[in-house]
Amino acid sequence: MIDNNNNPRIVVTGMGWITPLGHDLQTVWEKLASGTSGVAPIERFDARTFPTKFAAQVRDYDFTKYLKDPSVHEHAAANTQFALGAARQAWDQAGLDNHHDLDLRRVGLYLGAGEGALNFASYSKTDLSGWDAANDKTDSVKWAKAAFEYMDKHEEIGQESNMPISHIAREFGIRGPAFNCLTACAASTQAIGEAVDMLRRGDVDVMISGGTHTMIHVLGVTGFNRLTALSTRSGEPKKASRPFDRTRDGFVMGEGGGIVVLESLDHAIARGAKPIAEIIGYGSTADAFRITDMHPQGRGPAAAISQALEQAGIDPFAVDDSGRPPIQYISAHGTGTQENDSIETKAIKSVFGDNAKKIPVSSIKSMMGHLIAAAGVVELITCILAIKHQTLPPTINLNDPDPDLDLDYVPNKSRPAKLDVCLSNSFGFGGQNDTLIVKRID
Amino acid sequence: MSRRVVITGVGPVTAFGIGIDPLWEAMLAGRSAIKRIEIFDPSGFPCKIAGELNSDLLNIRKIVPKSHRKAIKVMCRDIELAVAAASAAVDDAGLITKATDAEAEPTYAVERMGCHIGAGLIAADVDELSAALYYSATGEDKTDLDLTHWGESGMENLTPLWLLKYLPNMLSCHVTIIHDCQGPTNTITCAEASGGLSICESMRVIQRGASDACLSGAIESKLNPMAFLRQHFAGRLAETSDGDDPTKVVRPFAPDAIGTAIGEGGGIVILEELESAQKRNASVYAEIAGFAATQSQCPDATGLCGDEDGQGISDAIDLALERANLKAKDIDAIAPFGCGIKAVDQSEAAAIRRVFGERAANVPLITTIPNVGNTNAGAFGVTIAVAAKAIGEQKLPARINTTGAEGIDANEAPAGDAQLNNVVATCTGQGGQNVAIVLRKI
Repeated sequence: MIDNNNNPRIVVTGMGWITPLGHDLQTVWEKLASGTSGVAPIERFDARTFPTKFAAQVRDYDFTKYLKDPSVHEHAAANTQFALGAARQAWDQAGLDNHHDLDLRRVGLYLGAGEGALNFASYSKTDLSGWDAANDKTDSVKWAKAAFEYMDKHEEIGQESNMPISHIAREFGIRGPAFNCLTACAASTQAIGEAVDMLRRGDVDVMISGGTHTMIHVLGVTGFNRLTALSTRSGEPKKASRPFDRTRDGFVMGEGGGIVVLESLDHAIARGAKPIAEIIGYGSTADAFRITDMHPQGRGPAAAISQALEQAGIDPFAVDDSGRPPIQYISAHGTGTQENDSIETKAIKSVFGDNAKKIPVSSIKSMMGHLIAAAGVVELITCILAIKHQTLPPTINLNDPDPDLDLDYVPNKSRPAKLDVCLSNSFGFGGQNDTLIVKRID
Repeated sequence: MSRRVVITGVGPVTAFGIGIDPLWEAMLAGRSAIKRIEIFDPSGFPCKIAGELNSDLLNIRKIVPKSHRKAIKVMCRDIELAVAAASAAVDDAGLITKATDAEAEPTYAVERMGCHIGAGLIAADVDELSAALYYSATGEDKTDLDLTHWGESGMENLTPLWLLKYLPNMLSCHVTIIHDCQGPTNTITCAEASGGLSICESMRVIQRGASDACLSGAIESKLNPMAFLRQHFAGRLAETSDGDDPTKVVRPFAPDAIGTAIGEGGGIVILEELESAQKRNASVYAEIAGFAATQSQCPDATGLCGDEDGQGISDAIDLALERANLKAKDIDAIAPFGCGIKAVDQSEAAAIRRVFGERAANVPLITTIPNVGNTNAGAFGVTIAVAAKAIGEQKLPARINTTGAEGIDANEAPAGDAQLNNVVATCTGQGGQNVAIVLRKI
């Protein structure tokens, strides 16, 4: 079966995630639909004196229960652990183990995974041991001696951001093309878009795609605190992530991983798999504007949204007989920084014109925090679950609307809606903008 | 018929300098730039040598246009090298971009220019971070970090934009700003396979019509204590003593190979859709006639040593040949990874023997790592530049250091004229990702 561009139609047949709100589709969806926050004080390290003392952590997660032989993955870093659990869920939902003719050379991987979490204790010990204060520089001989003493070989090797795909490939025996991209907060959306392209070309039969990341470690929080990108509303962590609210003061870090199984509709039908949703559009652009700021008019994000709509054959200005716009929900990048939410709103309005105000837009980062590289995939999965449940997930903590932001942000409470086509945005620090459009399939 | 794509410019950055000329001259002469590390004292490390780009060969202020010069202070080494490589490639292709002439009409509309620059796990500058950490040092010998103090005020000794220096997508971020590329941009992070996978992605992007030209390749420098340490932990580096001749240490495919040495740099090439390139009378190095990626099934889940039988690599080469409509007998030379790590060499040699059968001993290899070191994520960027140049010049560069290799044509040999119609370039990265690209003379 082909789409309006003469390409094979690409569908999702499996999904899985490990998130701060839980470790399976149903639990997490219920929390999203009930507007539950996963944000709490940071327990990973003692952050009590940090400007930001809270985050949305994955809790009580044991990745070994998802593995055939956990000893193979003994040294997997946290991000790899998230990815392995999410991949197993998605693989099982897609029923790939039941498919005995599956040619593993035609199964590919494309993740947008972040680097591993840095062990700050061994790192700082090494750096300080090597520091020659008298000369204000590192004595690399002393540094090396300390490094070999304090640092753990496996932890350091596990930092490379291609480790999640290497581990997943090993766990499932995958031999097809394997990619990892790391375009900051846009990574997993971009990974899925490119995975779809590889399927459309017929280079592969099945793609395992998504992303995984944690930056909830000392240098991660330090880095974002120095950028003043994080909320510092420490008195009320659960209310800190407030995208589109006038008083929003930055994003809240989350962590986790999400995986989708993608294949052509024909391939899914032929092997008796049940398609869950169809990916009908993908757009990808670069701001090419500034290192630190988004283009004030949202030039790049608007172009990415427009590209995705064009690929999907959707006229943004159209309405159906009941006056309904062609996109019925936008899962916003919606980080909760002043800049992002304002520019994303501008970009949506510039693309959809009069239709913009008819399209509900929400940010689940208000509940789950920002999963950085993995944000895009969990938001895409959320779109698919929203279609399944015909329910819009809310933006919580939106009590003081920003007068300049005048879209329907689904404040605080989920609500029923007739959903067929949803759009998900991800914009990275560094100017990568990616958009996916997903459609109901019956 | 999908759109055909050609290489019209190459921009390698290596220890020999910026651009293809110094590298090619050294490759013809069979020189190695590997020497004792100077940027820090390597005495504390088992490996003490690298392909280091000396500061007199890179004047970043001269390369960066005035409008972006303030951003130099947030460029880590990898970003500087990427900016240099991109400019070298743009100049070599004779493209007009915002950087070459901000007033003139660019060769390609900015929305039609993509940018895919692979990157590694960028380690924070040890001096910079240690100096900041020292403010929060505690304990008798000041080697313990007081996290309370760090959170309270110590972290303020890091420059606010500190994190932005080290995100891998910042390579393409700076390059897209400098040259104003607003098309699809991605950052592939798959160790040594990154450059080849980036070219695969550029190919797909151009073929699906999302852009007409791309800057494509990868860059990395692991020449800092932290990244260097991780390469030791990964067991990839040759152990050297002070008496060794550094230029002779890396011996790909030799029975007495003892490991690799890192190098700085990599390469970016300009890919253009064939008709657009012809329309502007661009000089063409070669056509990308086929490309493929695969994943190895490695003994350990981190894919450190490649698969013993080289199946993943030979699958990639076979697929790339098939997609180029070529047979193994049509290939005139092979540009492998050839890093001098025994297990990886064996894996590659097995793959070459499997693909080329009896001819394996007679298809000349083009090796670059004995000359410039393993530039890690950048490795394939060097490989592709040299392979393209070899086709353009119809010359094989010299091979150095290796003796005693059997069954493949890897032993040292002088440079010489050769008829090169089709060359396959391949790489297998730390993590088990493989890529193969077939270049065809046009």
